Amino acid sequence: MYSQGLIGADGRTTETPEFLQAFQKRIDAEDKIEPKDAMPEGYRKTLVRQIGQHAHSEIVGMLPEGNWITRAPSLRRKAALLAKVQDEGGHGLYLYAAAETLGVSREEMTEELLSGKAKYSSIFNYPTLSWADIGIIGWLVDGAAIMNQIPLCRCSFGPYARAMIRVCKEESFHQRQGYEIVMTLAQGTPEQKEMAQDALNRWWWPSLMMFGPHDADSQHSDQSMAWKIKRFTNDELRQKFIDATVPQAEYLGLTVPDADLAWNEAKGGYDHGPIDWGEFWRVVKGHGPMARDRIKARKKAWDEGAWVREAALAHAEKRAARKIAAE
Amino acid sequence: MTETPLWEVFIRPRNGLAHKHVGSLHAADEVLALQAARDVYTRRGEGVSIWVVPSVAITASDPDHAAENFEPTADKIYRHPTFYDIPDDVGHM
Repeated sequence: MYSQGLIGADGRTTETPEFLQAFQKRIDAEDKIEPKDAMPEGYRKTLVRQIGQHAHSEIVGMLPEGNWITRAPSLRRKAALLAKVQDEGGHGLYLYAAAETLGVSREEMTEELLSGKAKYSSIFNYPTLSWADIGIIGWLVDGAAIMNQIPLCRCSFGPYARAMIRVCKEESFHQRQGYEIVMTLAQGTPEQKEMAQDALNRWWWPSLMMFGPHDADSQHSDQSMAWKIKRFTNDELRQKFIDATVPQAEYLGLTVPDADLAWNEAKGGYDHGPIDWGEFWRVVKGHGPMARDRIKARKKAWDEGAWVREAALAHAEKRAARKIAAE
Repeated sequence: MTETPLWEVFIRPRNGLAHKHVGSLHAADEVLALQAARDVYTRRGEGVSIWVVPSVAITASDPDHAAENFEPTADKIYRHPTFYDIPDDVGHM
């Protein structure tokens, strides 16, 4: 989007106190920042990192679910899962396009993902062991993603906000199809209900970790809030997610795997037990059970698709040459 | 690494409305760009017609010149119908 002349452009700005103040004034007035506007280098860098990570998460997120497409239990489920995984690919594309408006190229971002320099959501480094995981991912993982993404529709950077509006419209089907899968299992045979419970047990805590470290330990939060890239803190969003999700689990007759979970009348929300941040950081640093497989799969797709990209470009050149010759 | 060209995508939501910019994508040529635009931007009945334009073909105004470009229009209030006083007796005009 509008990235002509921007890719590889020098993003440096002379950041006088007046410039920074004027920029903050625009942000405070809820003015949207568009790609060619002058912006502090830190703002640009934060967005490139965040949108890039977000795009990578969509693309890598296709892998754990793609794993179950051929084994979906019915044609209805298969068609829905295919559509969902295709959506995730589309979401990755909207986001890469938004990041490109900031002067980074798709190729650079792809290289950063494959080399391990860029991160993606660590939730996708967990394995999908049973069909119930597909339901739980739609319900919890997409549910958590929606909590994160709805405020991003009001992000101060125009292209990111616009991409998020499209993404959010599409995600609500993802969460509903997931919940329907879990509901079918929870209302099925005792074995099926057990499958659903087992998947909930494994995905609950990683889903809470998707919101990131506690506010006190979050290194990017304050500046991102001031720049209105973020609208709510990690803990605020996590709380909203828990409050929305616990009644949905109760409806299904499933138990959230947290012995300390309790309704707190005074704060009007649930209190929850301690999150294992040791596990979170291990997975973020690439020690998740599936981390190597995920990057290996992306690298294979990129390498083995190289000839297709090259052939398409060669064909386009040949057609263009023929067209010129015919004129 | 060879870079695949960037295209801007415009979609007409339904006949009677103008094409509107919806996003961008990479494709080797216009045929593949149209195909990709259909797959990426019209999965839920978003449109009935697609334009794809090479991003390099777009010339944009410079936001640094936004003030001199667009602000002068704000003080030309005589360009708006409400600037002119017409008695109520004349009726709707």
